[in-house]
Parts: sequence; structure tokens; C-alpha cells
Amino acid sequence: MPGKMAMTEVRKTVQRIRLEPAQQLELENIQRRHFLRAGLTVGAMSMLTGCNLQDGDQVDKALWAMSRWNDRVQAWLFSGHKLAPTFTRAQITTPFPFNAYYGQDDIPEVDLASYSLAVSGRVRDKAPWTLESLRKLPQRSDITRLICVEGWSAIGQWGGVPLKTFLEHIGADTTAKFVGFKCADRYYSSLDMPTALHPQTLLALDYADVALPPKYGYPLRVRVPTKLGFKNPKHVVEIFVSNDNPGGYWEDQGYNWFSGI
Amino acid sequence: MRQKKLHPLPIRLTHWLNAVCMVCMFMSGWAIYNASPLFSFRFPVSVTVGGWLGGALAWHFAFMWLLLINGAIYVLYGAVSRHFKRALLPIGLVALKRDLTDALRLRLVHEKGVYNAVQRLMYWMVLAAGALVVISGVAIWKPIQLQELVALLGGYDSARYVHFGAMAMIAAFVVIHLALVILVPKTLLPMITGGVRSLDAGENGHD
Repeated sequence: MPGKMAMTEVRKTVQRIRLEPAQQLELENIQRRHFLRAGLTVGAMSMLTGCNLQDGDQVDKALWAMSRWNDRVQAWLFSGHKLAPTFTRAQITTPFPFNAYYGQDDIPEVDLASYSLAVSGRVRDKAPWTLESLRKLPQRSDITRLICVEGWSAIGQWGGVPLKTFLEHIGADTTAKFVGFKCADRYYSSLDMPTALHPQTLLALDYADVALPPKYGYPLRVRVPTKLGFKNPKHVVEIFVSNDNPGGYWEDQGYNWFSGI
Repeated sequence: MRQKKLHPLPIRLTHWLNAVCMVCMFMSGWAIYNASPLFSFRFPVSVTVGGWLGGALAWHFAFMWLLLINGAIYVLYGAVSRHFKRALLPIGLVALKRDLTDALRLRLVHEKGVYNAVQRLMYWMVLAAGALVVISGVAIWKPIQLQELVALLGGYDSARYVHFGAMAMIAAFVVIHLALVILVPKTLLPMITGGVRSLDAGENGHD
């Protein structure tokens, strides 16, 4: 290889050079300056504290790249058969905490009479669904722990249609990569297909055996016990199947997209 | 004559890489703690990294890989090269009592190339805390996929306390470690250059 040849020649040339004492001193000074500069970059560590995934600088790019790598590792760690631990009614956290990107006063108003769930993307049947038709599908209820990205957790009981059952009914292409959700509060999120098909992933209609109240995401929320809380969108109005990653409200700002637990 | 290094290159490299990793893990971890504190205090924002929770988490889950790989290389090297055995063993009870008394009376003499019994014990303790911080960290990262591990730590909530406790043990070690370097500054340079093992260190000296 020509490049390698050139390198060898350079190395030989370097070995032959004899430096004058003045040159030697100059070289040492340059090396010392380089060492100082390296020291300064360590000092510049403190300036990195501003790197937050939102400035678009080199450090942010590296952090985003690592987050995509972590998506892949987590997808590999995920088992579609491993169930989230379930709890007894006595262990339910009461009251279950309200949590959203807005305060409790800004919970969206949804007109239940005119509500319908839109379906789009890689599916056979794109007809919208009413709440009654959703209730006619097989139901499932689990008492599971919701873990927030902030670290706190709470145990609650959600009931509804397994997302897998729903996807089968609409003839979804389950070889597609993503299932996306759009919400009445302009929130949005998405799941990888293996998680969407997990038996405990629900289109939840009930909390503690009664229809979802507004603060828990009425009339329909996605409950995914194998994901962090922010990947459980509330007030869902549209579901779509896609091969392009739909991202999410928090995910697009820097929370890890996969966020499996 | 071939001079033996006081600190072999793999130990120095992993030591300093680990120092960088730990600074990042501490600072980002404290920011994550602040999002949902376990105790009635928060860490000052000035000692955190990431700017907001999402940024802090990104730092934490990026540097965990470097920490893990670097730690694995260190442990593997320590075991295969018998560095652990030569430098950190044995720890006799008599020696421990003597060195601890001397240390508390500030009379313990620094012997180049030889760790005293208190140091040896502290190194083993911080290694154990390091293993615990990784195990508990992985457990609260994947509490469902690795639910058996979480159960072993007493459940999700308790695993968070274990992670914090292991962090606090390592932080306490770092404080003592740095205080000792300040007390005996001549130990710092050999950790960078490798230093030279003095001839009279004999068979007991580690390399």
C-alpha cells in the first residue's frame, strides 16, 4: 500500500534527524505547551456541564449516538415473554400520582360522545374505533408498577385491550418496526413492535376497574409495564404502524427512545 | 539493568480513565437523584452535569459503558498479572490493628511501593462498593428484564437506596484517597509516570 510505504519512509527520516541543542529546547517547549493545553481541556470539563442534548455541539452528538446504541442494547435485552411482576390490590399506591408535562388544570377535555380512535399506517383496516367497539374486544387487567424516568414509582391497576389483540384486529403489519400514538394533549410517543406485542401492553380503558378518569388519561391510554412512565401516552386519539421511527414528545428532546425497564 | 515500574502501565491507564468516568458518573448521578430525591436534600446544581434530567441520564448511560469496560480490563489485569495478590494481600488482623492505630495517630509512615494493611482493606472495600454500584445500577436500569436481581436487592425501591449507598461509600473512599495524596504528594507523580521501584522494596513491593 502506497500510504504505508510513505509512513515507513517518514519514520526512517525522523530517526536520522539530529537536533541542535537550540532545536531540542524548542521541541521540548512545544511539547510542554501541548501538555499544558491538554491540562486546560481537563479544566474545560467544567464547561461541559452545559452539554444537555439540545445545543447540537460535538458532545451532544456523541451523547445522542450513545443513546441510539443504548436503544439497540435494550432491544436485545428485551424479552417478549418476560412478564412484569404483578401485585395485590392491597399494594396499590393510593392516590395514584398524576403526572404530565403540564399541571392538573390543563388536562385536555375530551368529548366522550364523539370520541373515536383513528387508525393509520401499515394496517389493513383503517376504520376508526369507538369506545364501545373497543370494550367488545377481549380485555385484560394487571396490577403493575409504573416507574417514572425521575426514579419514583407507583403501583396501579389498569384494564383494557391487549395492544396485540387490537393490532391483530386491524390487520396490522406486525413485521413493521414501530407503533406510534398521537394524543389529544399534543403529546405523542412510540413503541418498538416487540414491546407493542408484549402480552401486558394494553390499550387501557379502566383504572382500578372503572373507566379512566380525566387525570389518568381518559378515555384511552397506553399502559406499557415494560417501559418508563413517559412511554405510556394518555388521551390517545390515533394509532399508526410505521417503519419510520415516530419519536416522541420527550424522546425528541433527549430522553432515551427505547427506555425499556 | 531493567528498572521495574512502581505502577504498571495498565494500572495507571485504567486508574485515570476510571477517574474521568467516576467524575462523570457522580455528577450525572447526582442530577438524576435530584429529580426524585431519596433523602431530604438535593445536590447543588453546580456539581451536576447534563443541565436537565434528560441530559444527565444521557451522560450517565454513555459513561457507564466506559466505566464497565475499563473496570473489566482492570479486574482482569489485576487477576491475571497477580497484581491484586501482590499489592493487596495479605491483610493480617495484627497488621491491620497496628496500622490502623498508627494511622489514627497520624504516625503511619508511607513506604514506597508497599500498601499498609489499612490501605489494602480500603482498596478491597472500594472494589466491593464498585461491584455493588454496578450491580444495583444495572438492576434499577432493567428492573423487569432483570427482576431476579432486583428481588435479590429487596425490590426496586430498596435497590435505589443500595445504589445510593454504594455511591456514598465510593465517594467517602475518594475523599480519603485525595486527602492522603495531599498529605503525601510524592505519591502523585508515580501514578502518572509509573515511577521506579526502589531496590530495597524487595520481594514485598508490588509492580
